[in-house]
Amino acid sequence: MTVSAQPCTTLKAEARNLSFFYGNTKALEHISLGLRDRCATALIGPSGCGKTTYLRCMNRMHDLYPGNRYEGELLLYPERINLVGQDIDPIEIRMRIGMVFQKPNPFPKSIYENVAYGLRIREAITRQNLDQAVERALRDAALWSEVKDRLHEQAFNLSGGQQQRLCIARALATGPEMLLFDEPTSALDPSATARIEELVTTLKQKVTIVIVTHNMQQAARVSDYTAFMYEGRLIECDRTEKIFTNPSNKLTEEYVTGRFG
Amino acid sequence: MQRHFDQELEDLRAQILRMGTLVEEQIKQSIQALVDRDVDLASRVIERDTLVNSLDVDIDENCIRLLALQAPAARDLRFVTTAMKISTELERMSDLAENICERVIELNEEPQLKPYIDIPRMANWTMQMVRECLDAFVRSDAVLARKVCADDDFVDNLTHQLFRELLSFMIENPATITRAIRLTFIGKYLERIADHATNVSELVIYMVEGKIVRHTIPPILSNRPS
Repeated sequence: MTVSAQPCTTLKAEARNLSFFYGNTKALEHISLGLRDRCATALIGPSGCGKTTYLRCMNRMHDLYPGNRYEGELLLYPERINLVGQDIDPIEIRMRIGMVFQKPNPFPKSIYENVAYGLRIREAITRQNLDQAVERALRDAALWSEVKDRLHEQAFNLSGGQQQRLCIARALATGPEMLLFDEPTSALDPSATARIEELVTTLKQKVTIVIVTHNMQQAARVSDYTAFMYEGRLIECDRTEKIFTNPSNKLTEEYVTGRFG
Repeated sequence: MQRHFDQELEDLRAQILRMGTLVEEQIKQSIQALVDRDVDLASRVIERDTLVNSLDVDIDENCIRLLALQAPAARDLRFVTTAMKISTELERMSDLAENICERVIELNEEPQLKPYIDIPRMANWTMQMVRECLDAFVRSDAVLARKVCADDDFVDNLTHQLFRELLSFMIENPATITRAIRLTFIGKYLERIADHATNVSELVIYMVEGKIVRHTIPPILSNRPS
């Protein structure tokens, strides 16, 4: 992991004139958006505005379906790799940029295997190192104390909130530089939601976080920067406190005050 | 989209306006009581302060409820937090009107020291500032709010003028000291009311523009005739 001197001052990734097409349908239109290193950036906007589409560009989820097409650049710093370039191996990208989905989706395996899975396909690793890496990931995901005595139980025996933290641990195991959260708490109760939000706040000290959320208060609570999208375009991105107290754009204002959307 | 919340914000605006009208009346009657040497009127103003206090509490509770239940953002957030602070400023103004009436009752124990010309004049300016800061709030008018801030210097100057005059009375004749000091206090109370109107105006500027101008507006000497 590349560590720059100061978090939030340098960019970890940057979309430059990024457009995306589902077949002939343009879903993202000339997005230019910088994501700051070791900061949490929230993407907000009404349904269908392109926030999830943008998030999925970052780890090439769209490649799983034929007919999808990218235009423009999505650069990962410091190497300036174009994430949406033809020559990029999506598997390699997904090691560096993890993703957590709306509904917890653990593999039908044990808790231990869920976390170890990514490490095993990545490299040959000794049993002892694997144990250590699994423990570290589970600790970072604030789940270790709850599962340490039952690592070989089925992941599905965990509660929804625990399963979601297991998915975060699974994403953390490969030592990613960036984590993408797609409405990570929409299927969770308030206390499980609070734990995930706490976790995001802790994790951003190490990894850059991008979070798509429909819950505006969540965006306000956990993010440093907020980007508002509408109809496939980026309308405004600024410090979260600015967006929620005094946004520059009229449309952003209307959205955060709940006048539309 | 018409929101139920909009009606609640409208109700809050009306609540502030009701309190503001009452406070304006308190100030006006306190000066009326001074000029007419009317102890009954002064006592009524003092009694009515409890009504202003309870409005202050009502507005506070309403704002806290809206913050908790509606989690307002952007201009709605600025409106609710501003309303909450304005109600505190208005409550202070009413306290000062009450203080004026206390001095009026004391002053009436002795003959009138001098004709009251400059104090009512100061009071008119002050009341105009109070009225205008409330208009600025209701109409979200930052230009008017800035004008009120500028007018404050004029009231400050009148206060100094009044003090100098009363000082000359005290130097000439020590028997006037008690009354002159009480009148100095009244001048000071009016000057404080004008300061609170300035604070309200600064809050309005924040509400409209999102900029905190408190403690930053340089004193601009008003060019009004003295």
